[in-house]
Amino acid sequence: MNQTIKRTDSTSPLSVGALLTVFLLLTIFIAANAADKAMEIQAYTFLALAGAFLIGICLWGADQNSKDAFDETEYDDKVVKVGVAMSTFWGLAGLLVGVIIALQLTWPNIFYFADFGFTNFGRLRPLHTSAVIFAFGGNVLLASSFYVVQRTCRTRLAGGMWPWFVVWGYQIFIALAGTGYLLGITQSKEYAEPEWYVDLWLTIVWVVYLLVFLGTIWKRKEKHIYVANWFFLAFIVTIAMLHIVNNLSIPVTLTGSKSVQLFAGVQDAMTQWWYGHNAVGFFLTAGFLAIMYYFIPKRADRPVYSYRLSIVHFWSLIFIYIWAGPHHLHYTALPQWAQTLGMTFSIMLWMPSWGGMINGLMTLSGAWDKLRTDPVLRMMIVSLAFYGMSTFEGPMMSVRAVNALSHYTEWGIGHVHSGSLGWVGYISFGALYCLVPWLYKRPALFSRSLVEWHFWISTIGIVFYICSMYFAGITEGLMWRAYNEFGFLEYSFVETVEAKHIAYMIRALGGLMYFAGAVMMAINLTMTALGKGEARDSEAAEKSKQAAGSLQPAE
Amino acid sequence: MTDANHKVEVDEATGTETTGHSWDGIKELNTPLPRWWLYIFYASIVFAVIWMVLMPALPALPFTNSGHTRGLLGQSDRVEVMAEVNRLKAERSAQAGAFVDASLEQIETDRNLQQFALALGESLFGDNCATCHGAGGRGAKGYPSLADDVWLWDGTLEGIETTLQHGIRHEEDDDTRNSAMPSFGKDGLLPRETINDLTEYVLHVSGQDAEEDAVARAEPVFQQECSICHGEDAKGMRSEGAPNLTDAEWLYGGDRATIFETIYNARNSHMPAWSDRLDATSIKALAVYVHTLGGGE
Amino acid sequence: MSIMNRHGVLERHSLLLTVAILVAVSIGGIIQMVPLMYMDNTIEKVDGMRPYTPLELAGKDIYIREGCYVCHSQMVRPLRDEVERYGHYSLAAESMYDHPFQWGSKRSGPDLARVGGKYSDEWHLDHLKDPRALVPESIMPPYEFLAKKELDFDDIQGRLKTERLVGVPYTDEMIENAEGHLIAQADPEERGYDYVDSLFDAYEGIAGREGTVKARDYDGDPTRITEMDALIAYLQMTGTLVDFSTFEADDLSNAR
Ligand code: HEC
Ligand code: HEC
Ligand code: HEC
Ligand code: HEM
Ligand code: HEM
Ligand SMILES: [Ca+2]
Ligand SMILES: [Ca+2]
Ligand SMILES: [Cu+2]
Repeated sequence: MNQTIKRTDSTSPLSVGALLTVFLLLTIFIAANAADKAMEIQAYTFLALAGAFLIGICLWGADQNSKDAFDETEYDDKVVKVGVAMSTFWGLAGLLVGVIIALQLTWPNIFYFADFGFTNFGRLRPLHTSAVIFAFGGNVLLASSFYVVQRTCRTRLAGGMWPWFVVWGYQIFIALAGTGYLLGITQSKEYAEPEWYVDLWLTIVWVVYLLVFLGTIWKRKEKHIYVANWFFLAFIVTIAMLHIVNNLSIPVTLTGSKSVQLFAGVQDAMTQWWYGHNAVGFFLTAGFLAIMYYFIPKRADRPVYSYRLSIVHFWSLIFIYIWAGPHHLHYTALPQWAQTLGMTFSIMLWMPSWGGMINGLMTLSGAWDKLRTDPVLRMMIVSLAFYGMSTFEGPMMSVRAVNALSHYTEWGIGHVHSGSLGWVGYISFGALYCLVPWLYKRPALFSRSLVEWHFWISTIGIVFYICSMYFAGITEGLMWRAYNEFGFLEYSFVETVEAKHIAYMIRALGGLMYFAGAVMMAINLTMTALGKGEARDSEAAEKSKQAAGSLQPAE
Repeated sequence: MTDANHKVEVDEATGTETTGHSWDGIKELNTPLPRWWLYIFYASIVFAVIWMVLMPALPALPFTNSGHTRGLLGQSDRVEVMAEVNRLKAERSAQAGAFVDASLEQIETDRNLQQFALALGESLFGDNCATCHGAGGRGAKGYPSLADDVWLWDGTLEGIETTLQHGIRHEEDDDTRNSAMPSFGKDGLLPRETINDLTEYVLHVSGQDAEEDAVARAEPVFQQECSICHGEDAKGMRSEGAPNLTDAEWLYGGDRATIFETIYNARNSHMPAWSDRLDATSIKALAVYVHTLGGGE
Repeated sequence: MSIMNRHGVLERHSLLLTVAILVAVSIGGIIQMVPLMYMDNTIEKVDGMRPYTPLELAGKDIYIREGCYVCHSQMVRPLRDEVERYGHYSLAAESMYDHPFQWGSKRSGPDLARVGGKYSDEWHLDHLKDPRALVPESIMPPYEFLAKKELDFDDIQGRLKTERLVGVPYTDEMIENAEGHLIAQADPEERGYDYVDSLFDAYEGIAGREGTVKARDYDGDPTRITEMDALIAYLQMTGTLVDFSTFEADDLSNAR
């Protein structure tokens, strides 16, 4: 290992800058000719953010002459740090909006503001889902994939400045999407609500992401590609495919925000849920399984349970997941043959899903005692339990007879949040708790007991959330189909709304607790980064600081 | 699985071999697939295949246009639900026996028929009527209470049935209950001052405090403009759907501002006709239900 | 073990791995989505489906913008209770001009597929302004601001043209007169008078059924065309287009 300092990709700041300049010029044109007010605001938002990025690159460039830009002997951890900070920030924002919309459904008289149309539930709900899935989850995925791919390939990120383009470009995407919802810009396709120009921007960012990731693998110094990277790769490739197809639409004008979807009705529904289900399968599952495959063995300091299981469950998972979309369209006007496929493939998906859970859980064999002492590891293991739960529940809900009851009800919301609060949330928190001390070279987190608090308050929060929603969902599903003794419908619709009120209160409380836990985490991570409390630099840490930043020697 | 750099080791805690690889210190065990896992996976595949054979499952190939596989059971949600609904219809009319043919009076006196009507009526009322007339028919501003004995048009069983069938001011129904109070102010039929006076007059006849002079000034105007519908004594006129102005029951509200607004703009709100949406049995049952809510005549 | 050994090839070649992943994730989607585009029995043959009038289309855009779909489905399932509560189960044909579809995935409020004609315009106005004034238990947000905001339909022609690009059968005549038709439908007595007949000819005569285009002031303010006019016009149209008396539910191709 005798590399000399190498400056690769020294042209990348120029090409990133050129790309940004092109987009800035285009946007100036749109801002000046915007067909609607909302588009104008979006254009100025983009100008401000992309402009700031460009200026940032110039300032950085001016300051770079003497330093080693993109030093190939060091990991690129700065970009990971930004991703971590962003995930924490967006996580808080998304959860807060979740709490707000939960309160709106509980006490509509207090939490709706007739004069502020943009605060209505219809606009805040997509803000919540996008903020937690794409802003929070997406940043966790970006940060951890960049961290993991470097360590497991033993090489610096490829592309020089381009990883920065991915991270900042992604934040710009989030800002445009989020402010767009408030302005009333939406395609109404769940989890794909942003309009055509935001979709286009994300496509570019995403393709660059794929290239950076592949490029890094390409120049790896390990012969084999680690399983976490298979999952990351499947996540990136498939999301690209899903995103492009589901967002095929034609703008009404090139200077306006509105576009018209290429497909209509039943075809559009199938495309949407092919996308929507696999957003779950590849964004919320494959991506986070990749995180699991690195952080759990690393944290537990144990080998992965079964390499063979990794192979079988990886391929069966990604092959089967794609088919399961129609389980979101049971009993609709989608032809029944497609529904059958959706149901049967969902059932076949059960074991491939559990393969990941088994591989994670069993990695702890020989180290179970660590669960008692390490709340971070415990969080990640509990996340696997929730993963197992929701991937058992999912196939069950895919059975048409069950879905006839659960569809359209709060049961779905319970399922979603056991998956997202339990699995996605906890595995992410675990990764963040690992990453911050590693990135900032701290001997420990600022406060371990704060992690304990986080763990318990949010676990109780999840239990409140999902139990109340299962109860509400089954109650309302049964009430919708309840008949009186003469065989006529027993309840009117509003009676079923009324019946959910108390469950809504419990859900809001659960959500608030979960949010409180995340606030504790944010404090803990910030203090850790600042080197306070138990994270105060010790001599040992100084030493690890020297070692950890640079590439690991081959074994 | 071995090569020069990667040595297979045996993990102490589990006694299993590793694959010999290592990434950033992470190794992998070469544990075989858990049996139970594999068997359940196989079982789910077998189940899925059987299900696909039984149910409609596979699409047609391009250019064949022959439709998809229908499955051995040939099951169809649409056929099933129509069969069930039709069966229910048949069952209900058998169960209700004479209900469809019975006169409304017969229904109200026959216990069984009445129970049947009330069960159906209550069931329909919640989703179709309560949104306007409130739960239990208590009414809302602009939507009359159906639970009191004040009737705009007709409170008899037949009358209510007619109202339901044809609606009120429902443009698409020629037999709808129709009469429209003119917009005296908006259309410039009466000057604003006169409408102020009339407001006082309405306040007066309904027993509220009113300005005496104005009442006196309004009296002749009322007799000329309003009595055709509301009657000389302002007690209303069913044939015109014109409400009684002397009682304390208000459709829109009995305060000065609301009354002024009513006379100035007129309201003439609509109720849709239900005969397109609900079948004759349902309308009949609803009429019985509404009739028994409170003040049926 | 041999499969495991062979897997090593994929683990050593990143491009091969990428291609293999792409193949694995493409198959299911192709088999499920492509046939829906060419199979004849995907969309039922029905009488009465017509493109939305410009005012209805503008209303649909507001429905989307305000996120009504997050609480309301437009999809009556073929289940006994739904058919009894909401009416005939929904057909694929009914959403054939919905770019994008509005079937929904959560019913915090009732299904709206058949709400057209169920209530009066005043009721919709009152209800949208303040749902709890009429239904005290409601959790629906208030939309009073829609009644205050003039509808912006400067680009309604372009809007229709784009719909035509994706296959909605708007005729040249419909596109040319889009603005006049819109005004005529919301305000038949004033500015749009000349266009009323043309509106009916175009939308009822060509594809639709008689009586499915309703021209009137929807929001109680005939002097203005507001977003509320458009939204209520859209709501009053839902579920009224298809003639169910001629729909052959027993036909095998419709049973699907
Ligand atoms: C869109 C709102 C709306 C709905 C839904 C509605 N109504 Fe009405 N209804 C009205 C209005 C408004 C009036 C009063 C019209 C007038 O000014 O005369 C009325 C009047 C009536 C009357 C006449 C009352 C009288 O005093 O003569 C009856 C009876 C009635 N409704 C029953 C029903 C029933 C039963 C249903 C359900 C099948 C129903 N309504 C649904 C709005 C509605
Ligand atoms: C052509 C018939 C007609 C004439 C003339 C008429 N009204 Fe009316 N009036 C009605 C009808 C019908 C209603 C019920 C309106 C509705 O249900 O929307 C009504 C309602 C009212 C109400 C509201 C009652 C309530 O319960 O809220 C008032 C007040 C009223 N009229 C006063 C007048 C006065 C004063 C005049 C004369 C200047 C007048 N009306 C002339 C038919 C008429
Ligand atoms: C927070 C969820 C929510 C949102 C968002 C929402 N609604 Fe509702 N909606 C409800 C609920 C709950 C009801 C039933 C109670 C009631 O009638 O208010 C309802 C009822 C309705 C009804 C009456 C349906 C019937 O058959 O009785 C209509 C029409 C309606 N909403 C239209 C809309 C429109 C249009 C929008 C968007 C501009 C919208 N809703 C947004 C929750 C919502
Ligand atoms: C084997 C795995 C899974 C299967 C088969 C499955 C199946 C289902 C089913 C049947 C529904 C309900 C559709 C409906 O009735 O509307 C659903 C909804 C959903 N599931 Fe899962 N699920 C699985 C795992 C997960 C996981 C792990 C997550 C989370 C992170 C998740 C997130 C969601 C979301 C977000 C929805 C709501 C979609 C919407 O309607 O907007 N699922 N899933
Ligand atoms: C503080 C915690 C949270 C609260 C209080 C909360 C609350 C809510 C509420 C009220 C809804 C709307 C439900 C409805 O329409 O009836 C919702 C939907 C949703 N939330 Fe959350 N949420 C939280 C966290 C999360 C997280 C962490 C994720 C994902 C990572 C998430 C993903 C979703 C999704 C996907 C939906 C849409 C479900 C569907 O369409 O079926 N939420 N949430
Ligand atoms: Ca989109
Ligand atoms: Ca108007
Ligand atoms: Cu799914």
